[in-house]
Amino acid sequence: MSRRVRIATTSLAGCFGCHTSFLDMDERLLRLAGQVELDRSPLTDRKQIRHCDIGLIEGGLCNSENIELLRRFRACCTTLVALGACAVNGGIPALRNRYTLEECLREAYLEGAGIENPQIPDDPELPRLLENIHPIHELVTVDYSLPGCPPPADAIWALLQDLIAGREPVPPLELIRYD
Amino acid sequence: MNGPTFTIDGRSVPFTEGQSIIQAAREAGIYIPHLCYHPEFRPHGSCRLCVVEAGGRSVPACSTPAVAGQQVRNRTERLDRMRRTLVELLFVEGNHFCPACPKSGNCKLQAVGYWLRMLDTPFPYLFPRRELDASHHDVLLDRDRCIFCELCVRASREVDRKNLFAIGGKGTRCRLLVNSPDGRLGSSGLSLGDRALQVCPTGALLPRKGAFHVPVGRRLYDGRSIAESDE
Amino acid sequence: MMQGAAPVGESWITGLAATCGGDATALLPILHEAQERFAYIPRAVMQQIARTLSLPLAQVEAVVEFYHFFSSQPRGRYDIFFSSCVIDRLRGGDESARLLCERLRVTPGGSRADGVVSVRHTSCTGMCDQGPALLVNGHAIAGLDRERSEQMASLIERRIPLREWPRGLFRIAGNIRRSGPLLSGEIPPGAALQRALSLGRKGLLERLERSGLRGRGGAGFPTALKWRACREAPGEHYVVCNADEGEPGTFKDRELLRRHAHAVFEGMTLAAWVIGARRGFLYLRGEYRFLLQHLEQVLAERRGMGLLGERIGGGRDFGFDITIRLGAGAYICGEESALLESLQGNLPRPRNRPPYPVTHGLFGQPTVVNNVESFAAAAHIALNGDRWLTARGTEHSRGSKLLSISGDCARPGIYEFAFGTPLEEILDACGARDLLGVQMGGPSGNWITPAEFQRSLAFEDLSSAGALMVFGRERDLLEIVHGFSRFFAHESCGFCTPCRVGTGLQARLVEKLCLGRGCDRDLERLRSLGELMSATSHCGLGQSAPNPVLTTLAAEPQRYRKRLNSTAFTPDFQPLRELRSCGRRE
Repeated sequence: MSRRVRIATTSLAGCFGCHTSFLDMDERLLRLAGQVELDRSPLTDRKQIRHCDIGLIEGGLCNSENIELLRRFRACCTTLVALGACAVNGGIPALRNRYTLEECLREAYLEGAGIENPQIPDDPELPRLLENIHPIHELVTVDYSLPGCPPPADAIWALLQDLIAGREPVPPLELIRYD
Repeated sequence: MNGPTFTIDGRSVPFTEGQSIIQAAREAGIYIPHLCYHPEFRPHGSCRLCVVEAGGRSVPACSTPAVAGQQVRNRTERLDRMRRTLVELLFVEGNHFCPACPKSGNCKLQAVGYWLRMLDTPFPYLFPRRELDASHHDVLLDRDRCIFCELCVRASREVDRKNLFAIGGKGTRCRLLVNSPDGRLGSSGLSLGDRALQVCPTGALLPRKGAFHVPVGRRLYDGRSIAESDE
Repeated sequence: MMQGAAPVGESWITGLAATCGGDATALLPILHEAQERFAYIPRAVMQQIARTLSLPLAQVEAVVEFYHFFSSQPRGRYDIFFSSCVIDRLRGGDESARLLCERLRVTPGGSRADGVVSVRHTSCTGMCDQGPALLVNGHAIAGLDRERSEQMASLIERRIPLREWPRGLFRIAGNIRRSGPLLSGEIPPGAALQRALSLGRKGLLERLERSGLRGRGGAGFPTALKWRACREAPGEHYVVCNADEGEPGTFKDRELLRRHAHAVFEGMTLAAWVIGARRGFLYLRGEYRFLLQHLEQVLAERRGMGLLGERIGGGRDFGFDITIRLGAGAYICGEESALLESLQGNLPRPRNRPPYPVTHGLFGQPTVVNNVESFAAAAHIALNGDRWLTARGTEHSRGSKLLSISGDCARPGIYEFAFGTPLEEILDACGARDLLGVQMGGPSGNWITPAEFQRSLAFEDLSSAGALMVFGRERDLLEIVHGFSRFFAHESCGFCTPCRVGTGLQARLVEKLCLGRGCDRDLERLRSLGELMSATSHCGLGQSAPNPVLTTLAAEPQRYRKRLNSTAFTPDFQPLRELRSCGRRE
């Protein structure tokens, strides 16, 4: 390969736990740095995405910004990976799917315990919210998924090494987890 | 060995007359994935995970009798693919949020998903709205996690002799009913020692105390697969 | 255990329980009575029923929740169910439902605030030859045009009790279009039985065997073999007639029961005599409640003639009687073991098999379960000899078959054809031209394109339990498949994973295709779901639920392709529709 493998990462409706687990690769990050070039990512603070070989998506879809960003990643990345429980099945944010969005907003901003100056934020800058949380495969084609909350650093490492080497990623059984 | 035998994936398996395929397989140390089957109870045949190929058909190993000389196939790519899809269907129809579930690490649904290498699903999640029952002092009934295996129904009827559960509704609107005057767990007479509570493969029926007491890494399926710790 | 006061005296429950045997088999009749009395089944009543029958309350509750025609929530004084059958809908069912709801100011699926009227949809009500149809408080009304809708609305608004409605409104046409030996043959009550008594049990079985009669309910199991196996099994024997004609597009038993009830009961009595049964049940689908009174009357006649009861035919060793049990709207009850569970007062779920009903049927005892048409045919064979059947048909499919033909044809109705008749001849007879295709055997059957119309009606070729749905060239294939897939999702009992979840996902994916939002991946997902359902489902419902999708997808892939939005990928939800602004009203 003439250039290093280019990777982009982002977090949609997630908690950045998967990114933290990414950092848990510890000293292997140095080896990774020799193999890949990190494009748009919260770790680089780069705001624009170029064409990438691999896109890692943390989090599901909860608002218009998520939708736009996921579509952009899909368009720019050759291989798209759902990283972690939220991207794979909605995860903890999807617990809100048992309520209507209105019920959630009322509880969070108007009627919940300890609220002062109750009002639902309505700044036009705020992204519009989805009625339900969706896993990312319901919006775009996902090439690979790595479940876990977060996926273990070892699993992320194994996945990336497989992809970089052009192998079909097969996670070792002991690294598959949903929690 | 003089008794009758049949084969599973080419391996000879002895059995006694009247045994099901899964019973004979267990005695021979062969794992056939399952969720609604439990050796203590009569076979139910609802989860369909124990599907095997026998006599040119796909049959449930839990409710199909072993037949002398029969060639049964268990680990084929097709069967494991179908089993994986079945587990995916169980996940998409319920609300299985493993990271927030105290049963995580000890959950059979999860463990069988690991064993079948289920990483995701192509199907949309249904996110049903199901009623939570927190009326009992010691036990939580979280219908989000119910997979309708009826192990609690059978255990409560046959072991506990209380007959506290039934499945009501129909199709995807199925739900676990509590056999008490007000239909709630609190007035049902369920107690912590009930077998019904212990046999729940998921976190649908869960003791309220003791959640997350066992650290990650030391839970039932942390170090070993469900095939190794099968009951 | 009991809490709260009962809303009414419970003597009617104990009374009814006593007349029904006092055990769990009384559950269905008692629930029907309760539903009629209260327009729903209050929890307190469920408690009384549970106590009277010594059943767990949750079992009563589960049974109430299972059937369409029972409700644990209050329903209207006039409780209406529109048939959502594909055929009723292509006859204008949606339009008549809309009109009636508009006139009554009620939304489908809901109840009017004053409690006078409630409206829901149910599966096919067995009136496809004269739809659109509905049920009001369990009573069938067919041919629902604008005029009838207006008439109904007016009767309801004036609160006229159902029994005072004009009888013409409830008239159900026979629509027998073509008769053969079964429909035109008459058996004088008792004649077949008398002949059988002279033949002896062995002689009768041999005659049946020589005739080659195979079960008319779909599976085609040899009737003589079934009766013989049951006769040889030890235990208390039962005879059950499966009159739960629930396959959408099927209505031939409706007319057999109306015009040839004696033949049907005579066939049941013959079976009882052969196997040594003292009790028989006819399980009548709830949608055919309008036949109940007539059937009870025929039973009473037969008792009067000494053809039922003790010492039948004067013989000392033969006593037998028949009880009619009314279903309550559940397609799964057409599956014989589910039907037996339903009779026993349990949730109607298909059993694990083996064992089969011939050895472990009703109450775990040896039981012959046959279709209405099979019993009638058996009576004819007993009377007229095996030639009655073998004179027609093919080597593997002897005799004739009743077909319920509905849809886009000039003369929908009931036709009797010899097995071996080519489909094109059948279609010609009913006046069907310029077709998109036909659905043979109802939703659980197969899609047959015009290229295959030279194939023949036979177990070994085009098999049908009785339904033949005809679709004209102008129809939308995907809409038809959508209707079928919704039917299965609606009727899945929920017992096994592949059917419970698979039928729901299938209906959702087909709907996506219908809305023009589908992609290649959706076809792939439908194929893999279909393979899973047919290979791993617990019973015939789940195994055949993907048939409409799989057979049309194989036969007419271009019709699916044309509707795809993209070959690549389309989302499973519509993001723009789901986006909401927070505090601002849109």
